[in-house]
Amino acid sequence: MTELDDFFKELTKWEENVLEKSIKGKEMRQMQFKNLSDIEIKGLYTPLDIKEKIYMEKLGFPGQFPFTRGAYPSMYRGQFWTMRQFAGMGTAEQTNKRYKFLIGHGQTGLSVAFSLHTIYGYEASDKRALGEVGKEGVAIDTLKDMEILFDGIDLSKISTSMTINAPASILLSMYIAVAEKQGIPPEKLRGTIQNDILKEYIAQKSWIFPPEPSMRLIVDTIEYCTKYVPQWYTISISGYHIREAGSTAVQELAFTLADGFAYVEAAIEKGLNIDDFAPRLSFFFNSHNNFFEEICKYRAARRIWANHMRDKYNAKKKESIRLRFHTQTAGVSLTAQEPENNIVRVTLQGLAAVLGGTQSLHTNSFDEALCLPTEKAAKIALRTQQIIAYESGVADTVDPLSGSYYIEWLTDKMEQQAEEYFKRIEELGGVIPAIHKNFFQTEIANAAYKYQREIDTNKRFIIGVNKFQSEKFELPDLLDIEEAVSEHQINRLNEIKKTRDNERVNMLLAKLKEAAKGTENLIPYILDAVKEYASVGEIIGALKEVFGVYKEQQII
Amino acid sequence: MSENRRIKIIATKPGLDGHDRGIKVVARALRDAGMEVIYTGLHQTPDDIVNAVIQEDPDVLALSLLSGAHNTLCPMIMKLLKENNIDDVLVVVGGIIPKKDVPFLQENGLTGFFGPGTPLQKIVEFIKSNLKR
Repeated sequence: MTELDDFFKELTKWEENVLEKSIKGKEMRQMQFKNLSDIEIKGLYTPLDIKEKIYMEKLGFPGQFPFTRGAYPSMYRGQFWTMRQFAGMGTAEQTNKRYKFLIGHGQTGLSVAFSLHTIYGYEASDKRALGEVGKEGVAIDTLKDMEILFDGIDLSKISTSMTINAPASILLSMYIAVAEKQGIPPEKLRGTIQNDILKEYIAQKSWIFPPEPSMRLIVDTIEYCTKYVPQWYTISISGYHIREAGSTAVQELAFTLADGFAYVEAAIEKGLNIDDFAPRLSFFFNSHNNFFEEICKYRAARRIWANHMRDKYNAKKKESIRLRFHTQTAGVSLTAQEPENNIVRVTLQGLAAVLGGTQSLHTNSFDEALCLPTEKAAKIALRTQQIIAYESGVADTVDPLSGSYYIEWLTDKMEQQAEEYFKRIEELGGVIPAIHKNFFQTEIANAAYKYQREIDTNKRFIIGVNKFQSEKFELPDLLDIEEAVSEHQINRLNEIKKTRDNERVNMLLAKLKEAAKGTENLIPYILDAVKEYASVGEIIGALKEVFGVYKEQQII
Repeated sequence: MSENRRIKIIATKPGLDGHDRGIKVVARALRDAGMEVIYTGLHQTPDDIVNAVIQEDPDVLALSLLSGAHNTLCPMIMKLLKENNIDDVLVVVGGIIPKKDVPFLQENGLTGFFGPGTPLQKIVEFIKSNLKR
């Protein structure tokens, strides 16, 4: 008779004599309780759900393999996570002002949102940029704009994250060039470029080139930074957008890590040593509404990454094996109805990220279902995470929920389901073949439709939307991006083109094109071109001539 | 229109906006409601969209924008439709469209605005009862 057998008897007794009696003739709120990944949740978890006594193998200590309990030994007892609010709108001048406002209110890292025309590599004057310039992020065409964006901000003192993918190598080059003008060498720069093209095909859809040449640009960036910008995170492997596009938490976990493994394999194939580049890979996850599910997702992510990196890819360094991540609360969970309620949603989601051990956090502004954040909303969002940090006490001990039967059970369950996805992706031939076969896209579209149907049929409730609706609610003041931004941006671009050495720009673009046809690392060519004020649009244009453009197949 | 003919819809994403979750969910709901739905995919210029309307002759054109470019792109699309003498297509729009922009877009001939949180059934019903032919 083991201890667990005794326990099982006690539990059965309780179920029969106490639980059954207490619920007899009563209806539960739901027939079945399921989380957002469709995992059924029991009413009670006990030692039987985590019966394997393998603490060291499954959990370990924080900062130690398999990192389930945290990436660092003392976590937030030394310092809080980096409070990094994603911001960018209008012109470089406007966004520079917003950055100084956020830094003035205690923000500890910058995070740049770029205009769609920059993200797709068009010039502000391009027909395709019509109506888009500065609307979703800051308009950047040339180095001049980047100089203005970071004017008066010491790049040796702050870390900067840039949400940029297809043109990531160009914006990184511009950042290096701005720093150089501030007298700061590349080895002192700290920050991240998102540079995660795989999730663009899967979810966010801001691709330019086909997957294969895109992967080359990414590996070039990894190789270059490993040598010359060693403190830079070369890629932020992102589940955020996969989730926003409609995936479940388990799909977010599985698809993101699968992308991560694909980058590792591509870099190894190029001949890079895993322990040289893997320490500078980072992750970016979503935090959605189901509180415990999100926490378990982060814990499972650390354990899965550690196991694969050590056992499959033979990484040796601790820094290669431990997964670190940024979190943003779920934009898609915010409602346009009674928008102030979003402050509460963001608080819970931010709390989940912290309890899951995030390294940095963006808490969304409550008005994001309506417009880009106003200054007031952006300040409340920052204050939300400051309150979690300084007032709640949740950061005083490491991984405080560990040992909860439910938390450990759900962490295991999510890990298992992610592993099943890895097998399916492998059967499809890997991530890129699976993209070409629309595997991820279909999985996500199905999950998104199911979620919406559940809300429409009242199987899932969103307060103010399909439960406790108000006829009337107050709309907050909205931020408006003036149409004048576009004109201003086009004028500046034209001015630059008049004053720069155009002959030299053309020569450098031609050299870049030549190099793109071969296998050389392209970053030095891009860096030379941005320093002469070649625009993002011109550099992407040159590369398109060699690489071509991606065409998406349509699925509903 | 006769009761038996299937309603035909072009669902599309004007501009550079990549947020396609909403339009895909709506497209599927319209299809499940028995309509014929053609989804053009992302990054459509006003020219692309109007050419698709000319070729497919749909009853409804459903636009989705979450990028803030609606005040520029929607009127351009409406103007191009007019220039091509197309006046019997119901044009509806979804996404992040601030309330204050609605009167301007209505003046330009758009009807039916479906923001975040709209039940799918409401969109289906709106389309069924506002067809122009």
